[in-house]
Amino acid sequence: MTTTALPTYEDAVARYEPVIGLETHVELGTATKMFCGCRTEFGAEPNTQVCPVCLGLPGALPVANRAAIEATIRIGLALNCDIASWCRMARKNYFYPDMPKNFQTSQYDEPLCVEGYVDVEVDGKQYRIGIERVHLEEDTGKSLHVGGATGRIHGATESLVDYNRAGIPLVEIVTKPVPGIGALAPEVAKAYVSELRDIIRSLGVSDVRMEQGSLRCDVNTSLNKPGEEWGTRTETKNVNSLRSVERAVRSEIIRQSGLLDEGIRIFQETRHFQETTGDTRPGRSKETATDYRYFPEPDLVPIAPDQAWVAELKAALPERPSVKRARLAEDWGISAIDMQSVANAGAVELIEETIAAGASPAGARKWWMGELARRANETGVDLSAVGATPAQVAELQKLVEGGKLNDKLARQVLEGVVAGEGDPAAVMASRGLGVVSDTGALTAAVDEAIAANPDIAAKIRDGKVAAAGALVGAVMKTTRGQADAKTVRDLILERLS
Amino acid sequence: MSDLTKMSAAQLAKAIAGKEASAVEVATAHLDRIDAVDERVHAFLHVDREGALAAAERVDKGEVTGPLAGVPIAVKDVIATKGVPTTAASKILEGWRPPYDATLVERLRAAGTVMLGKTNMDEFAMGSSTEYSAYGPTNNPWDLGRIPGGSGGGSAAALAAYEAPLAIGTDTGGSIRQPGAVTGTVGAKPTYGGTSRYGLIAFSSSLDTPGPCARNVEDAALLHSVIAGHDPRDSTSIPQPVPDVVGAARLGASGDLSGVKLGLVKEFAGDGSEPGVLSAFHEGLEALVKLGAEVVEVSCPHFEYALPAYYLIAPSEASSNLARFDGVRYGLRVGDDGNRSLEEVMSLTREAGFGPEVKRRIILGTYALSSGYYDAYYGQAQKVRTLITRDFQSAFERVDVLVSPTTPFVAFPFGSRTSDPYQMYLADLFTIPTNLYGGPAISVPCGLSEGLPVGFQVMAPTLADDRMYRVAAALESAVGTLTPPAL
Repeated sequence: MTTTALPTYEDAVARYEPVIGLETHVELGTATKMFCGCRTEFGAEPNTQVCPVCLGLPGALPVANRAAIEATIRIGLALNCDIASWCRMARKNYFYPDMPKNFQTSQYDEPLCVEGYVDVEVDGKQYRIGIERVHLEEDTGKSLHVGGATGRIHGATESLVDYNRAGIPLVEIVTKPVPGIGALAPEVAKAYVSELRDIIRSLGVSDVRMEQGSLRCDVNTSLNKPGEEWGTRTETKNVNSLRSVERAVRSEIIRQSGLLDEGIRIFQETRHFQETTGDTRPGRSKETATDYRYFPEPDLVPIAPDQAWVAELKAALPERPSVKRARLAEDWGISAIDMQSVANAGAVELIEETIAAGASPAGARKWWMGELARRANETGVDLSAVGATPAQVAELQKLVEGGKLNDKLARQVLEGVVAGEGDPAAVMASRGLGVVSDTGALTAAVDEAIAANPDIAAKIRDGKVAAAGALVGAVMKTTRGQADAKTVRDLILERLS
Repeated sequence: MSDLTKMSAAQLAKAIAGKEASAVEVATAHLDRIDAVDERVHAFLHVDREGALAAAERVDKGEVTGPLAGVPIAVKDVIATKGVPTTAASKILEGWRPPYDATLVERLRAAGTVMLGKTNMDEFAMGSSTEYSAYGPTNNPWDLGRIPGGSGGGSAAALAAYEAPLAIGTDTGGSIRQPGAVTGTVGAKPTYGGTSRYGLIAFSSSLDTPGPCARNVEDAALLHSVIAGHDPRDSTSIPQPVPDVVGAARLGASGDLSGVKLGLVKEFAGDGSEPGVLSAFHEGLEALVKLGAEVVEVSCPHFEYALPAYYLIAPSEASSNLARFDGVRYGLRVGDDGNRSLEEVMSLTREAGFGPEVKRRIILGTYALSSGYYDAYYGQAQKVRTLITRDFQSAFERVDVLVSPTTPFVAFPFGSRTSDPYQMYLADLFTIPTNLYGGPAISVPCGLSEGLPVGFQVMAPTLADDRMYRVAAALESAVGTLTPPAL
């Protein structure tokens, strides 16, 4: 075991040039599995979404899901790929209990989509990431190893398998090697995954949630000295967030450069990213290279997408997320960074629709990114499922802008809307909420507050106008927040002038 | 009523429909016959007496109708039957009861047939003699010391022993036709994709074809018409109407073949066969000529490579198809003592659960698919497959059907071919090309050699299953069906 301190990241990238590559798996959001009619809901009771086909029972046969093929073609088109006019599924043979047939139905030398690219931006500079291939395959089941210290199979007393995930359609997107990005390698990797996620989300084919595993990423990293051939790469798995993508590349660059500095060669191996420590650990060592014995899947007919259909799908692609974001940021008058957080919250379309329903961009953004985002976060639902519609939010904002509601009341109204009590106007009526700006009704409350706080009243009479805030607060309290603060303040100053 | 077990399926269906016999009487007669003779024949791995009688009662109550209402049937044990043991004659599936029915079993039920039980076979349909059944071989009713063919020897023997009038087989390289030939019964392999594979425990997915077995051509056609047709659960199933095989069989039985061109496969008409087989075959051919058929000799130069190509493609697919038998989810599990690793338990299970021929083919297929060998073996075999297909296609430009003996030799004595796998593989020499091509073929009896049945094979173009039934029925009308010696 070497005790030499690891180099710093800056030292590492000063001596070596990194080359990265990314393999991303995206679970498609189809209603049914890849080869059978089983449902695909996340989080169902173990082994309740299964049938003879996805359990691989003797005699059962697969039939390909057209919706999954369509989604894969749309992803390929959105990544500027060529779509194969004829291709086949292939069997990838290896033994593992979470794979019911002990082979995975995947694609090998005939992927559905090839030769594409994605442009990403880091520090204002654009990088083009080549896409080698996009192919379709089935997911495996999920193993749970119980009783061991590590949660891995080694040392476990029991292993349980949930086959609900087995057979869910999975799209694998493989980049070409990305050289020439130097110290920016971690940021470029992160920007690529982020852009890929946005593109796939815009297609509506997957919810692309890294934390739920519907988007999973493996990162390949190698180092070479300037001017020399590319080094041996390692593959890092278990990279489950955008931040982890960046950290995994960074830590692998530091680790590998430490070894290379000491003249130790890098082995081609699979490593696991450790969320807690931020470094990578070796996976199970394989004494020999696995031979998957790929061959064309004889149980399925070839996939031969009609070229007219592909053209139709291409014409119907949505606007590229990066283009759309730039356009909207300008329209809404916000920075690129603010726009990124809107996108990350899944609020772009919701805000767009709210503006279309009549709200100002700032007003629309305030509600979706504030109160509603907080609620969605707390309850663990998507923003789009939080319980308020863009039309309702637009109506709410109009009520605020028209002085019918203040901020505090508006939040109460929104609470009613989210609770299903109806549109903002209906909630206002049923809950009896609304700003009181009628001076007649407020005069009594103002007089009462002055009488109750003679010291403060004296200060105001002496010209210390700032002290009026305390009296406004008192009035607001007696009117349960429904008074219009500005009207109250004007009344107080008028009485005490 | 005369002996119900000697009647044809068509006769039984008519008698039951006409209330001359009840379905329960018919089922009981066959179950009693099984009780009387199956100890000697061993055609069945599982007899479902209760299920059969219940199904027969439903027919008698009029709850189930259909073209074959009340007709008993035996099903090869490689087909999944809900709640009824299905082992593929392997120890690794001992006791497994599928939670679902194969598509063709559903169709058999819908047609009103009464399933008697599951028939013996070579393990996972790998073999030509049933000697590779993990539960002991089936004995040929013509001579209990001889093999009944394979892999579907149980289905064929059940017919010849009058235990069932109909049976289901599966044909990957000849497993319906060769047992038909050596038991003096009729066996048909439909066009690949013409019958659903859903629920058929896969041996070689691109070759496996379920099909009908019967004692005469019309019965085979009746059964064919009931099980065939598009199945959305099988991606390779053909979405086209089933040819009128019953009509074709009846047309052929009228005995007129004028205008029909028979292609005599030169490569299969020579000294590869036993002399007795060859002479019975030529007598059959002459009978067809007398009915008006014209014989044209055709050459299929790539047929000689069919056997080696088959023994790369089928084992390759099998090595993958049989990977799922690992003791994790169902069937046998060996060595799970809480200390052994997953790999060890899988390994011990497969070591104990698979027989010698299955292991041989898994190893062969694993090797053929290995990186570095794929192109030389699996890839090359696929090219040969294409050439064989072209041989068929160019032959069918000149003739309507191709004819040959079904198998080069009559039923052989037990143990005579197990020591050399190649000697066993030769049994399928004439049947394998059809599987590689995907077309239909039928074996029909054409006479005896040394007192044992000889089969005549008729091969037709893909989707022209009706043609082979016409020719086979014509031959049957000329030479008659064969009656085995009493058991």
